[in-house]
Amino acid sequence: MEGCAQEGQVKLLGVEYSPFLLRVRIALSLKGIHYEFIEEDIQNKSELLLQTNPVHKKIPVLIQNGKPVCESMIIVQYIEEAWGNKAPNLMPKDPYDRAIARFWAAFIDDKVVPCLREVVTGQGEQQQKAVQELVANFLILEESVRTNPCFSGKLYFGGDEIGFVDIALGGLSAFVKALGKATNSVLIDEEKMPLLSAWMDRFCEADGVKEGMPDPAKVLEFISAMRVKFTSPPTAK
Amino acid sequence: MGEGEEQVKVLSQWPSPFAIRVLIGLEEKNVRYESLEENFASKTELLVQMNPIHRKVPVLIHNGKPICESLIILQYIDEVWPGSNSFMPSNPYDRALAKFWADFIDTKFLGTGIHGILKKTGEAQEEGKRYMLEYLGLLEGVLKEFSAGGSKPYFGGEQFGFLDIAFICHTCWFEAMETLGKWKIPWESEFPRLLEWMKKCRERESVHKIFPDPHKILEYAIKFREGYLRSN
Repeated sequence: MEGCAQEGQVKLLGVEYSPFLLRVRIALSLKGIHYEFIEEDIQNKSELLLQTNPVHKKIPVLIQNGKPVCESMIIVQYIEEAWGNKAPNLMPKDPYDRAIARFWAAFIDDKVVPCLREVVTGQGEQQQKAVQELVANFLILEESVRTNPCFSGKLYFGGDEIGFVDIALGGLSAFVKALGKATNSVLIDEEKMPLLSAWMDRFCEADGVKEGMPDPAKVLEFISAMRVKFTSPPTAK
Repeated sequence: MGEGEEQVKVLSQWPSPFAIRVLIGLEEKNVRYESLEENFASKTELLVQMNPIHRKVPVLIHNGKPICESLIILQYIDEVWPGSNSFMPSNPYDRALAKFWADFIDTKFLGTGIHGILKKTGEAQEEGKRYMLEYLGLLEGVLKEFSAGGSKPYFGGEQFGFLDIAFICHTCWFEAMETLGKWKIPWESEFPRLLEWMKKCRERESVHKIFPDPHKILEYAIKFREGYLRSN
């Protein structure tokens, strides 16, 4: 029965400092759900990972009562539905608002995330182009906060409380900030993106989020390690 | 569910599996709608206005308000017109699985499989075929599980649901893909459940009505491939 999921039976397989893992941790934290975190070694994938996510072999994986759920935003939706009786509600009630929330979460996954990857793995001119594209996508988000009636004038994309889109984008915050430092670029410019900038500060300081925010120095280390892996020749992926 | 006042339009393109997906969804719910064909050469004012971010079809316009992205539209249709046939499974875990596999179909299956054949030549195309067979194998397994070993007809079990609609729309391109790849998928020997499922789905009024003529798809696919190879 929905909303009566047993706690203590929730495991989360992930890699520390992964923004996708952070999205799920934030959702679990906001709902007050206890779980066991299992650190995965991506260079040496465990039996558990291969068993629970044979298709993609990626983290995060949420395992509840032995049943795995994969893909970070699908996991967040699952958390919302399986613990539907626990506040806060991460999805709006109205079908149209839900479609809008899903649209922007998909935008973040389909447009922002690939850009992040390109910036991490790119070099020289290629990296510069990726940074420009990333900034352009953030500007689109800035515009949506300014003009979309679902978001305009509200504290969060979810309204008064953190919601689905906030988690989709906010989970990436620490990573985005560190990436800016690593590449010596301003990704979310306070002047050009005042609303998005203010939102990010608000999100990172929110109860349920701030406690789980990773150490910026560690995230920077994480990104640097990724860059070494992807940019040193010869690369075996 | 106000009937008389309701206005439902779909910005569509006849060969687009994503548009086909939405139209099948509306048909299944018996929603009256108007389909507006977008042309390929240039995008209409309406499309740019309704989907300024992606400028792509399909777009569902419900009483003037646009909804974009076909899987999101399907969920919207299911929530606004619940009727007696829910697209989504009844429990959260099965819903997560349905979304996972729909996402797999639109990313790996379409991108590396179908497009791996339509957009590639030589060894790269052969690799596309290998991926396609691997992915069909996965989906055959998923169908076996979700159909309770074949005792139920669909990915949705008894119900022609979200995952069925998400997948069936791509299958109308299979013949064209086989022709362009100069190969035949071993349906009977390797993927008999999927073969049976496709036959069953095609018998549905919605699918029968919306599926384009396979010859027209092949004609379009040939031009699509030529155009793509020319500019890449």
